[in-house]
Amino acid sequence: MIEPDQDALPETNDALIDLEAELRDSNVQEVLDKLDRELIGLKPVKTRIREIAALLLVDRMRRKFNLTSAAPTLHMCFTGNPGTGKTTVAMRMGEILKRLGYAREGHLVTVTRDDLVGQYIGHTAPKTKEVIKKAMGGVLFIDEAYYLYKPENERDYGAESIEILLQVMENNRDDLVVILAGYKDKMDKFFMSNPGMRSRIAHHVDFPDYRAEELLAIAKLMLASQNYRFSNEAEKAFAEYIPLRMKLEHFANARSIRNALDRARLRQANRLFARRGQALTKMDLMTIEPDDIRASRVFKEGALDLDGDEGANGTIPV
Amino acid sequence: MMTNPGNRLTQGQFSFLPELTDAQITAQIKYALKHGWAVNVEYTDDPHPRNTYWEMFGMPMFDLKDPAGILLEINNCRKTFPNHYIRVTAFDSARGVESPRMSYLVNRPKKEPGFGLVRQESEGRNIRYTIHSYATDKPENERY
Repeated sequence: MIEPDQDALPETNDALIDLEAELRDSNVQEVLDKLDRELIGLKPVKTRIREIAALLLVDRMRRKFNLTSAAPTLHMCFTGNPGTGKTTVAMRMGEILKRLGYAREGHLVTVTRDDLVGQYIGHTAPKTKEVIKKAMGGVLFIDEAYYLYKPENERDYGAESIEILLQVMENNRDDLVVILAGYKDKMDKFFMSNPGMRSRIAHHVDFPDYRAEELLAIAKLMLASQNYRFSNEAEKAFAEYIPLRMKLEHFANARSIRNALDRARLRQANRLFARRGQALTKMDLMTIEPDDIRASRVFKEGALDLDGDEGANGTIPV
Repeated sequence: MMTNPGNRLTQGQFSFLPELTDAQITAQIKYALKHGWAVNVEYTDDPHPRNTYWEMFGMPMFDLKDPAGILLEINNCRKTFPNHYIRVTAFDSARGVESPRMSYLVNRPKKEPGFGLVRQESEGRNIRYTIHSYATDKPENERY
């Protein structure tokens, strides 16, 4: 995928190269800034992405001096609790890799076990290969990758799928980047039984849980993207809501926050509907009031909302 | 045949040009993918011009973004059938078109015996002409 630059510089050691200009050309700073702006927290993740971006940029400049090195392996493993932004970051990864000229298309293909493993003998290989071909030029994101390997069933076809993946990860390093994602403990077990997989993945990134103030910032970003806003009082109410919700079971970080906001929107709509006859302003339609939040059962009984017992499996209440 | 030295099969696009390199094939596939056409790899050892339905190598490849996957299949096919004709077709599923938009050879046998002219006498003194591939005198898979 990486071709030698046509306008390669002469092989002198003192030819200067402008890192700043290179950075500007690649537009990668823009993506990194966007990452900083739109992703709250996630310090270790951002650091790792920055490192990868720097490596690819330096690699690009080295090529100008004809300092050849093998293309770096960029297969990654994202571990973390539900709702910590693994998919979101994977999506960004494609864009970053494209800007740095590592991926040609930079699209993301999200798959789970169902898309890779077949149901009968001879079904798995074509299925896996088809997915891999679709992902070429971009990023293949395998969610809950540990389900690929089921040790309790020795006739399971998952192993076949893993074998093909390993082969492609080694031979077609230039063509696609594989990102595995899943919960930390299960992923560790998965790697334990597939040491080949572990050694082929260069970057193991752990997504930390969010703190309460980070979750509030996320909530505000989510609302802004949907053209809603908190009133001052509502923001205070939501700040109280978050720690209460965090203590309850099935807390799924940003996903729980999104569900809570969806329910607040529901109550807001209901509230506006109840006072029919009065004129509504644009502000009314946009604003979430404290009542919309305090009506939650989390406040009253310290229990999950009846209609919203959203869990780690990510079901969105209606 | 004077116009076709070496009896090279001339079917589809680019067939009068020298063999396409992999980079050129990739560029052509990229063009097809840009238009949203599904690209297939097909092979045959019966190159009669009326033999329009060649065997498919694997499944048609829908929803691909990048030519690398197709080139992979082409190379797999070349490895499996080094002495067959292999072509790449791009199918346009747009309503009203629904037919291949591109078709070009990416592999051909080392020795191409070509076609002979067959004359058949019919009613009166009429003669019917047709062509016959010398290769198809032998059974399948032994032709080239």
